[in-house]
Amino acid sequence: MKTLFERSVKGRSCAILPELDVPACLPARTRKQALRLPELSETDISRHYTELAGQTFGVNDGFYPLGSCTMKYNPKINEQAAALEGFADVHPRQDNVQGCLEVLATAEKYLCEITGMDAMTFQPAAGAHGELTGLMLIKRYHELHGNTARNKIIVPDSAHGTNPASSAMCGFTVVNIPSAEDGCVDLDKLREACGEDTAGLMLTNPNTLGIFDRHIREITDIVHEAGGLCYYDGANLNAVMGIARPGDMGFDCIHLNLHKSFSTPHGGGGPGSGPVGCKSFLASYLPGEKVVWEDGRYAWQDRGPESIGAVRSFHGNFLVVVKAFTYLLSLGREGVPAVAQNAVLNANYLKHLLEGTYDVTNKGVCMHEFVLTLEREKKEIGVSAMDIAKALQDYDMHPPTMYFPLNVHEALMVEPTETESKETLDAAAAAFLEIYAKAKADPEAMHHTPYHSPITRPDEVKAARHPVLRYHFDD
Amino acid sequence: MNTPKELKYAKTHEWVRFTSETECEVGLSDFAQDALGDLVFVNLPEVGVEAVQGETICDVESVKAVSDVYAPVSGTVTEVNEELLDSPEKINEDPYGAWLFRLSDVSCPEELLDAEAYDKFCAEEEH
Repeated sequence: MKTLFERSVKGRSCAILPELDVPACLPARTRKQALRLPELSETDISRHYTELAGQTFGVNDGFYPLGSCTMKYNPKINEQAAALEGFADVHPRQDNVQGCLEVLATAEKYLCEITGMDAMTFQPAAGAHGELTGLMLIKRYHELHGNTARNKIIVPDSAHGTNPASSAMCGFTVVNIPSAEDGCVDLDKLREACGEDTAGLMLTNPNTLGIFDRHIREITDIVHEAGGLCYYDGANLNAVMGIARPGDMGFDCIHLNLHKSFSTPHGGGGPGSGPVGCKSFLASYLPGEKVVWEDGRYAWQDRGPESIGAVRSFHGNFLVVVKAFTYLLSLGREGVPAVAQNAVLNANYLKHLLEGTYDVTNKGVCMHEFVLTLEREKKEIGVSAMDIAKALQDYDMHPPTMYFPLNVHEALMVEPTETESKETLDAAAAAFLEIYAKAKADPEAMHHTPYHSPITRPDEVKAARHPVLRYHFDD
Repeated sequence: MNTPKELKYAKTHEWVRFTSETECEVGLSDFAQDALGDLVFVNLPEVGVEAVQGETICDVESVKAVSDVYAPVSGTVTEVNEELLDSPEKINEDPYGAWLFRLSDVSCPEELLDAEAYDKFCAEEEH
């Protein structure tokens, strides 16, 4: 399809912006020539974006089992609440708008209850930002306790790639430890890695193989005994929320992804929210201001001199918090654990339908997601995880996460979430099985899938090596 | 799989070519480039950096993932192959020609594998 520049016709315009009715007061002109912006009518623009939208695939189009991303349905009532004038038309500089402060204070209380933490900040804009913020709390803790030699963060090899990246970004050295045979943390390796230079451990539980680590208390004890702190990556909270709490597992700080577990939109560049919670001994280091209840009303309060300072302007992506809060109110006390139970049930149901045909990494009961490996098929018939993922696009579903976790070869990581019906799961399983049969019958044809999507096999290597990021005019 | 006899190998899949008793070149093995897939980006160490055997020294990115490169021996980085910055595909095309960096004052506390032992190690990794 054509780009906006290719659709442009000189002199064409539209009246999206009203005419300027105040005196123009621009600084001295420095631009030598006018910007070459595309010139289009409103109809052209509207059709262009509608056409683009038609080529995308989102949770409203079909099944989206992208492992570790928790692509659940985004309830429309969340959007309604966030669009209320009292929330949407507020400026962050407006003083103590009671309704807004109440949302933040109550959401903090509920999320602390769910995670077993004592305090929380909503400043971080998404998951990795939350990781960095949490690590800054750990760093500040060690600094203020005179332990500047503690500069190493232990990260298991099944961790999300953002974990080592956030640690390095925060100035820590990353110590990678291999998983044990069962996919969980290798306790001996962890003991070996812990020492006087240990700042902390970053862990996702359940891990990326969809396994709840049965030694979780022992793991956090080992790190604490060595003088380190424990960070919980909340990416997989959907599997345990309302049932098990990171705080009770021995974690000191966490981040949540409101855009995963708490049903706000995920991906597409839309705003995320990665609140960071911590135990009370870390609370004074949290960034931003906190909401307090005093003299019968809510008010902002400075966190004091130990705070790591702001990590984002104002109060984070406030309207995303409104959406997540709406979701929590819709679920209620009974609904939150039901989410986790149904997410785990759906994953096990789909796993059960596939495991007679595909190789699954864990044989027992999984949590909210499971991992298939196409290693055998790649060797025997040359069909890779990529081929299967591409083929799924012809069945009106989004492919699962591919080539992750890194400790599994030819991985496909499937997370159905609790919002999918039995019919959807049955249809997805039927698609997986039909593709498998086709792959066995004609492996070569698999290398050309998908046959029906707008874009089939883009040249990823060329795109990564020589990205074209701007339009080149002919003249 | 191609494993030249004259080179030494680390279990982390780097090859080492000794150019004198204390100097060497380091690159990624054929097994490594095949497992990584098409490389799209190479992050080389800075000249002067002290490489410590078994520790991360730089990283490479393929269409699948970013992977650490470990120093197969200890030493000082004297030169990096800047040509790879613009054409990382050379590692896929000619893994034993596309050296990543050169080291001086090389020491090797833990012994490296010869070609035969490395092939055996890779065969085990496959299973």
